[in-house]
Parts: sequence; C-alpha cells; structure tokens
Amino acid sequence: MRVLGLILAGGKSDKLWPLTKVRASAAVPVFGKYRAIDFTLSNMVNSGIKKVGIITQYNPRSLMDHLGSGKEWDLDRKSGGLFILQPYVGPNRETWYHGTADAIFQNMTILRRGEEDYVLIGSGDHIYKMVYKDMFSYHIRKGADVTLLVKELDETYNLSEYGIVQLDGDMRIVEIEEKPTNPKGNLAFLGVYFMNKNLLMELLYATVPHGKYDLLLDVVIPNLHNLKVYAYKFNGYWRNVKKGIHEYYRINMDILKKEVREELFYKNGKVYTKLKDLPPPKLTSTAVVENSLIADGSIIAGTVRNSIIFRNVWIKVGAVVENSIIMENTVVEEGAVLKNVILDKNCVVREGQIVVDERGIPVFEKRAVV
Amino acid sequence: MGNVVAMILAGGQGTRLGVLTEKIAKPAVPFGGKYRLIDFTLSNCVNSGIYRVGVLTQYKPHVLAKHIGIGKPWDLDRKDGGVQILPPYIGRGDSDWYKGTANAVYQNLEYLEENDAEIVLILSGDHVYAMNYNDLIEYHLLKKADGTIACMEVPMEEASRFGIMITDLDGKIVDFQEKPERPKSNLASLGIYVFNYEFLKEVLSEDEHDPNSSHDFGKDVIPRIVNEKKGNLYAFRFEGYWRDVGTIRSYWESNLELVLPLPPFNLYDPNWRFFTHSEEMPPAYIAPEARVVMSLVSEGSEVYGFVSNSVIFQGVRIGKGSVIKNSIIMTKTEIGENCHIENAIIAENVRIGDGTRIGVGEDARSKLDPKVYTGLLTVVGMNSIIPGGVVIGKNCVIGVDITPEDFKSKEIPSGDFLIKQEE
Repeated sequence: MRVLGLILAGGKSDKLWPLTKVRASAAVPVFGKYRAIDFTLSNMVNSGIKKVGIITQYNPRSLMDHLGSGKEWDLDRKSGGLFILQPYVGPNRETWYHGTADAIFQNMTILRRGEEDYVLIGSGDHIYKMVYKDMFSYHIRKGADVTLLVKELDETYNLSEYGIVQLDGDMRIVEIEEKPTNPKGNLAFLGVYFMNKNLLMELLYATVPHGKYDLLLDVVIPNLHNLKVYAYKFNGYWRNVKKGIHEYYRINMDILKKEVREELFYKNGKVYTKLKDLPPPKLTSTAVVENSLIADGSIIAGTVRNSIIFRNVWIKVGAVVENSIIMENTVVEEGAVLKNVILDKNCVVREGQIVVDERGIPVFEKRAVV
Repeated sequence: MGNVVAMILAGGQGTRLGVLTEKIAKPAVPFGGKYRLIDFTLSNCVNSGIYRVGVLTQYKPHVLAKHIGIGKPWDLDRKDGGVQILPPYIGRGDSDWYKGTANAVYQNLEYLEENDAEIVLILSGDHVYAMNYNDLIEYHLLKKADGTIACMEVPMEEASRFGIMITDLDGKIVDFQEKPERPKSNLASLGIYVFNYEFLKEVLSEDEHDPNSSHDFGKDVIPRIVNEKKGNLYAFRFEGYWRDVGTIRSYWESNLELVLPLPPFNLYDPNWRFFTHSEEMPPAYIAPEARVVMSLVSEGSEVYGFVSNSVIFQGVRIGKGSVIKNSIIMTKTEIGENCHIENAIIAENVRIGDGTRIGVGEDARSKLDPKVYTGLLTVVGMNSIIPGGVVIGKNCVIGVDITPEDFKSKEIPSGDFLIKQEE
C-alpha cells in the first residue's frame, strides 16, 4: 500500500505565545531535544511512508532548519522523500493559505504526481506514538471513504476545545461537533485523516474553488452522510501542544512518568530528530539531580528537580531549578532559583536571581536575560 | 598547500585491551560516553578541512566499517573525496594481509595516486587528542621537510615506551630510537606523520623490497630515513592532550579524567566538535531516588541508583539501589537492582542481574594474563549475561558472550577469570 503523508504545520498559535513568537507551533521544543513535529513525522516514517509533504506557513524558518533535507528521518531520497510545501506566488494567486483544505488544494501537484493510492493527513502539533498500519487495514476492511483517528478523552482535557464525534453501532461517524460549548460525549477527533487520494482531490475541487477552505468543517463534516466516514480508536497517550502554555507544560512534565516515557520514546519505533553532535551531559560533584530529563551537552553543577533540561544548558553551582523547562543553550548562573518557569532558548539567568511562581507559569522568550 | 590525503591506520588489534578488543578492532573501542576511538582522528581531519581520508582496516573490521559507513556523521559523504575504507585485498601479484603499517600504506599507493596526493598525513585510529593538522602541515612546508613527525615531551621514565627523537636546534631529527631502554631524549613520536607523497612512495618501495624489514613506520621506515640520511625529517612539537589508550589501565584513567570539573581533554569545545555515529536516543533520565555526581550520563540512559566518578554510555539502565563507582558502563548495558559495581569496565550489551557485586575484596594478580590485567580493574566483555547474586572480585575478567550457565559458582575470586573456550 502506497501512502502519501501530509503534515499540517503552518499553524500560528497565540495560546503558545511567546514560544511561538519565533517559530510555528509544530516547531516548539519538547522533551529536551525534540520538536513537536518529530512525533508525527517519525510515526509516518515508522509506518513505512516514504514521501511526506509538510505544509508550512507561519514563520517556518525554525521548522525548515530543523527538517533540513529530511536525512534524520531517512527522507533524503531520490524517489519520494521530504517536500516542504510553502505558500507561494503564482500566476493565479498572490495570497497565503486560507485554511487546511486550501493549503492542500494549492499543492495539488504533490497529490497529482505521485503514484500513491492513499493520503494520511496529520498535524505537526500532536504528541503521540503510533504505527498507522492497523488503521490502514481497518480503513480497507470497513470499505471506508475516510477514516478519522479518535480517542476518548478524560477529564484532563477541555472537551470544548476538540471536535466531538458521535458514532453509530458500526463505528461510522454520524456527527462531528467542532469545539462544542456543551459536548455530548468525550470521543474526540485527533486531527488524523486517512483517505483515498483521488477522493481527496475530488472533494477539494468541489469545495475550495467555492471559498470553502477548512478540511474538517467544509470538506468532511458536510459530507458525513454521503461518504462513509469511519472512526478508528486510539488508546495511547495523545496530546496537542497547541492548546496553550499549561498544556505544553503538562506534556513536558508527563515525560517524567515512566509509563509515558516507555510509550513515547520506546514503543512503536523511535522518535527521530535533528542531531547536534554534543558530548554526553556531565553532572559535577556538586550536582543534585532528581526526577529530571537531561539532554546532551549540558553541564549540571547545581540542583535540578522535576525538570526538563534541553541540550547545551549550563546550571551553575548553587543554582536551583525546580518544576521547570529550560531550553537549549541557556545558562543559569550561580545561586539563581527558578521554580515553575519555562525558559526559551539562549536565555541567561543572572547570579542570584529568583523567579518563583506558585500559580502561573512564567515564560521567558528566546534570548531573554533574567 | 598541496592536496592533502589522510591515511588512518585502523587495523590494530590492541592486544593490551584484553577482552575489550576480543570482537572489535582497537579504533572501534567505545570512549567518553558516546564515541569510538577513531572518532577523534576522523573529527580532527574534518575540523582541519581534510576531506580525503582512507581508513586502513584489517583486524575484526565489521563494527568499525559499520560505524564509519559512508562517513555521514563527519560530513565525509562527498562527491569529491570523502572517506574510503581500505581493507587488505588479494591482487594478481603479491598483495596480501597488511604485514605492517608501512606495508599497509604501500599496498594503497594507488589510492593516494588516484586522489592526486601531494602531502600524505599518516594517522592512527586509536589515539585520543584534538589537533589542527594544518599547524603540522604548515610547519612541514616551512621547514621544506621531506617528512615531519608530531612529537610531544613525555616524562623521562615513560620515554622507553615511545619512539624517541633527537633533534638539532632547527628541529631536524638527527637520531631516532624506537622504544629505547636508555632514551637520549624525552621527545616522543605520537605516530602522526606528514610526508611529501613522492618521497613517501620512494621510501615505502625501498622498505617493501627489504627482506629484513617488518614494514612498520616506527620500527623500520623512520629509522632507515634517519640513519641512512634519505631525507630531512623534522619534529613538530605538539602541546596539548594526547593519549594512546593502549592499556586497560590507561583506558580507564582517560575515560574517568573526562568527569573532572576541568578535564584535561575538552569534549565541550564548540569550535572543535567531535562527531560520531550514534543511535538516536532520548535525553538521559535521572529518577527521584537516584544520586549522580562526578559522572557523564549519556542519552537514552535511565538511572535509578547511585553513580559517582563514572562514565555511563548511551541507553544504559541502572536499577534502584545499585551503586556504581569509578566505572565505565558501555552502551545498552542493563544493571539490575541493588548491585554494587566498583572499579570496573563493563562492555556493551551486558546484562547484570539483581544483587550482583563486582570489584569487591582484596586485589590479586591476574591468573589470565598479568601483563594485560595489571590489577584493580575488573572487565566484563560485551554481550555477557551475569546472573543475579554473583560476587566478582577485583582484577577479574569475564569474557564476551558469557551466559548464566557458564557460571559454575556464585563467586569469582579476585584475579580469576571466566572465558569461553574456543570450540
């Protein structure tokens, strides 16, 4: 089965500000060395997909730098490989993408040219590990036109922020309510579509030229009765970084749980990311490190508890970092105390500075000096 | 500057590393938490802008060849030049196994010819150091030398382990002693040579046809050039960290030096990075109940126990209540709960059961080979499985691929060994 992968990574996210000041939400750093998009991209590669198009729009520099030629994902190929699909100026248009359906429509060539029979559409913002192969066979077994990935969300999710799905007895989707104020259930659509490529092309031709630009709202939902749209249930860990700073913080802290680490890092293939060629992390004689993730190139001489330390971070003697996320190339100087904070890349926390917030989660933007 | 081609001698067995080189060549021996020895020389080449590199392999080359691949991690996957593995081959004439370092280069003169070599850098694949070879080559050109040898002053008492240079005031080598009992100087050769290609070709051809030669650079070629005044050799003084981690003891010491607050060898220099082919792994995780000090803990490792003064490679698991002291634990080794491991080198993919103690008791002379296993350190070879509750003393050797069935007793006293007999 030949499947084309498409990843929607153009999103601008105000909820993640200021982390998204310098990057698209799919490029926000997570878990010490990864970017959000690494998960969906690795899932696709681990499912045997050899051609992946990444649809970008909002500030793509960081994302493009990260993806490069796709060699870390084995996508630097003569046939297939990685395609970055950016908005462009052509003879017939001079605008940005108006929505997800429009974005794919504007890149119809990648659909038209390939020899793939199916398309898997995912999002660069989602953190989960999955090999899609069972979903593919489910799609065929059900004779579905479209298969959507769904999951029962527990009380830790705000259901009003998700698309809530109603099924019939055969798992066919009869209704999708996008971001309902009073959700009728807890089965949510996870933003992953699987469908026949030609069908997708037809649907796009029928909608986008008429000013209908959203893949879910304008293409899938109005066709629930004409098309066989089935739900495929996912039971593993799944979260969306784009939902806000609190959700972003929660996701990062979740990785300190053994079962989440096992699932996200070690099950269903590896997570690939851009390599940085840094030496192993070093803990000096004054280091106290508890329940934390420490990435390559970091030197820890202070105290670190319940925190995520990215690559090339320096925590100096006497500094205390608790319940925090410290991104790449940041230096926390002697005696500084940080609790419940997020420091973006290349920050400096000066000697003796104390930032402790018991209620909120202060975020310091890239290159901040505290 | 002429066209530079580097030849890395990577065929060495490294017999004094004991079970560590049972299955792999010395240049493939892991070092510093994520590297293999050859990474340092390869990285020095690319950091010096040298992108034509031949790697001469011979002894157990599989791991080494897989590690180097097409040279991607070092940016040596090039259309023009790049890295090439040069194994021994059988030709129509007399080509055969490499008889010595000089013979190995001689058999690959064609490779140098093809790459239009004008200056040839002869390097060792098993040294740990950071050197900008351009400084060496510039010195070589400045002196208008036929060959230049990188040297370092070593303590006089260690001089007899090295090739010793005696130079005039200009740095020209006037006498050479290979591992002398009574060294005339303490200027030691580091096994790093630069030659003008035409000159090298000439001296190697002569050496090849000398029936009394063992075809080694240090033993035969260099002494002949100096003694018979074949050409001008100069000594380039290198001041910096350089180690030939040739023995178990020096291997252990140089690894543990890396955990010092200001290590003599800097892996963290952003202007001189060391590249390696490493597996993609998540960041290291240190558990709430763990205590880790004075150590390197590489990516993919999960530590639930106590670690001090140790180098932990990638993907290592250290269970609850286990204590690791003054040790080197290599890639993907798993240590159970409540183990005690001290003064040990544990190779790759080893499994150690709960409650095992390694490196305990009084030191004793090795019953296996006191020249290789000189004391204190216990070494466990790769892929071995040590069942729970075993007690292993000091200066012991557990070979490669040992299974729980091989343990006839729960105790291996100091100095003893457990090695699979060849079938």
